[in-house]
Amino acid sequence: MSDDTPLKTTPLDALHRALGAKMVPFAGYAMPVQYPMGILNEHLHARAAAGLFDVSHMGQAILAGAEAAAALETMVPGDQLALKEGATRYTQLTNDEGGILDDLMATKRADGLYLVVNAACKDADFARIEAKIGARAPLRRLDDRALLALQGPQAAAVMARLAPDSVGQKFMTLREGTIGGIACLFTRSGYTGEDGYEISVPAAEAEKLAKLLLAEPEVKPIGLGARDSLRLEAGLCLYGHDIDTTTSPIEADLVWSISKRRRAEGGFPGAARVQRELAQGPARKRVGILPEGRAPAREGTEVVDAAGAKIGVVTSGGFGPTANGPICMGYVPAAFAAPGTPVGLVVRGKTLPAKIAGMPFVPHRYFRG
Amino acid sequence: MAELRFTKDHEWIRVGDGDVYEIGISDYAQGQLGDVVFVELPEIGKKIAKGGQAAVVESVKAASDVYSPVAGEVVAINDALTGDPGLVNKEPTGAGWFFKLKTGDTAQFAELMDQGAYDAYVKGLG
Repeated sequence: MSDDTPLKTTPLDALHRALGAKMVPFAGYAMPVQYPMGILNEHLHARAAAGLFDVSHMGQAILAGAEAAAALETMVPGDQLALKEGATRYTQLTNDEGGILDDLMATKRADGLYLVVNAACKDADFARIEAKIGARAPLRRLDDRALLALQGPQAAAVMARLAPDSVGQKFMTLREGTIGGIACLFTRSGYTGEDGYEISVPAAEAEKLAKLLLAEPEVKPIGLGARDSLRLEAGLCLYGHDIDTTTSPIEADLVWSISKRRRAEGGFPGAARVQRELAQGPARKRVGILPEGRAPAREGTEVVDAAGAKIGVVTSGGFGPTANGPICMGYVPAAFAAPGTPVGLVVRGKTLPAKIAGMPFVPHRYFRG
Repeated sequence: MAELRFTKDHEWIRVGDGDVYEIGISDYAQGQLGDVVFVELPEIGKKIAKGGQAAVVESVKAASDVYSPVAGEVVAINDALTGDPGLVNKEPTGAGWFFKLKTGDTAQFAELMDQGAYDAYVKGLG
């Protein structure tokens, strides 16, 4: 994309500006990176109460028809046939080499599958799905819908007040109902490690819904900056950073997202590599890395062994406000992947001591019912 | 009388009596950086050139270099920033100072902006 391409805006653009957001370009959209409260306090607020995120830049679509699940299985390693109506699962679009083209959420609905994909990948994803699946399960983009995320330990109380249909909803399920009288689709899911919801709403109603949620005492608007530190603490991958076309789902430690049947049967692009790595173990693995000092190690930081030889790289790194210290994730050879293994991080020419750490850095608090 | 002089890179130096001067980053700079979570300070005794890289300040967002407004020798660092880097946000021109530099060359100060000139400069940045 050239620099003079005008940025796209979400249906909440005017609201972000009215709230005093600092807007930045992200995946071709003008997005709020932070509000006047600041990234650190926004992050802590989402962990303590409830945060409202605009994720309308992400791609939503329906893969329609009875064949949708079987058809999508030709493109992803996740088990779509096992999904019961209303169930949401995380999976990846893979390439023939077993690399990851994007990660996505798929929800089984009566009329097919509801998909949510990353903003930067959505056009390519949807074109690829249409090219491969075609008329077997027609793809209908939902470009006229916004997507909001309400995340945090008090999100459920807010929803219970405004959306009676949400009461008792389980983690990773979708319901259709009204929030303050506005018809929405909401999944109990998110990308912060907290309990919460992702809410799909017609673009024309998005601002009204956002204002309604922000009027609740627990809710504050949260920008992309805190979204990044929240998902990093939760150990969740950011596409294009922690996973990409060179990393397989097994290397990325996403084996939990592939069912026993699909591991055995394959039938998705790159299945040979995935099955080989399942059998033999991957050469490298995505791990958590905890610097021992206070200096953050950013994306791109070299990971070295005791002798100072480069063994890997940090793919996401920064300061975790709840972890109250620097945290990273990155790739290291399997021999170095065990938690507690000492490694070095080369920051501004100096090798800083660090240890491989289990993830998440901050425990997940999903609602299991 | 002590007064602040500023660089275009948003560092300040407290100009006063004697030959030791406090250096930090401006209120505008801390606002642009956002929440400061780590500060890497120079070693005491280090000789730094005018405009030389002297410290690193890391916010939640990113790392930024801090340059010395004048040439001199580092004679003190603000250890309080190690335990409470947020002082840079709370009191950028007070308790959030970075280091102290010793120099006899006071002619260097003439090239720096005073508060009025700096405020106008920042206003011009939009």
